[in-house]
Amino acid sequence: MDVNDREADLIGALCGGLPLVSRPFAELGRAVGMDEDEVIARLHALSTRGVIRRLGVIVRHHELGYRANAMVVWDIPDHEVSETGRRLAACPEVTLCYRRPRRPPAWPYTLFTMVHGHDRAEVEAAIAALAVREGVARHPRAVLFSLRRFKQCGARYQRRAAAE
Amino acid sequence: MDSIDRRLLDEFQHDLPLVAEPYAAIGRTLGIGEDEVIARLKRLVEAGAVARIGAVMRPHSCGHSTLAAMAVPPERLEAVAALVSAYGEVNHNYQREHRLNLWFVVAAAGPDDVRAVLDDIARRTGIEVLDLPMLEDFHIDLGFPLRWT
Repeated sequence: MDVNDREADLIGALCGGLPLVSRPFAELGRAVGMDEDEVIARLHALSTRGVIRRLGVIVRHHELGYRANAMVVWDIPDHEVSETGRRLAACPEVTLCYRRPRRPPAWPYTLFTMVHGHDRAEVEAAIAALAVREGVARHPRAVLFSLRRFKQCGARYQRRAAAE
Repeated sequence: MDSIDRRLLDEFQHDLPLVAEPYAAIGRTLGIGEDEVIARLKRLVEAGAVARIGAVMRPHSCGHSTLAAMAVPPERLEAVAALVSAYGEVNHNYQREHRLNLWFVVAAAGPDDVRAVLDDIARRTGIEVLDLPMLEDFHIDLGFPLRWT
């Protein structure tokens, strides 16, 4: 945890979205017992520390015509994962890039990237071009297109005890 | 969707003005009034183009999360997906094209809370739940660049 209790309360209140009213930070503050200036100062500090990566309009890809998305996973040797991950993360086609554990034999892949596009063909072409350009085409990979979205919403880091 | 809507979606994915009246500030950039900014954003939320005006947090900075995967027999997929989605701790839940066909993110206050949800799902469904927590984060979140073609 990189945040104190007051900050956690504020982040929790923000999970549902900033209110669409003239003075949204004042309204947000009312929910957590802070005045407008304190809310703004805390959000500024959280952004400066990198706890908040970005604050703004969060778009929904699917509804904007980006109907295809694939999770592309790579089996990269352990000693190359970090360097490869940094390189793939910098690619314009890649919207997320994480290292996760292998779970052999069911799951040998360790580098997870996400690629979005208007349709399946566009995503497939982007992945093929990326693999060759970044020199990772020789590594085993799997492309997991999304078939159905059952649920999508912002994370709520709720405390179980408080939620029950 | 007109050019003002597109600019609202493109240019304000980060650096929302941290001032008392942020929508008025956005309006000054776009040459429209605060009321119109708010009305347009409400319409984009209702249309589903905008999820919310909000924050993207650095992973694990204010809680714990993991990516989980399950190999669900096709005839049970609908029911298992509904069971998984019903947890408040689950924020994304997708069917993907693979033997491991159900993928979801679990976020909670601490690792024990996350583990409890995974165990509960495994127990209730009788299906193994693969726990794939993030080990390293290479991602630089610059928002989502839109191509209006």
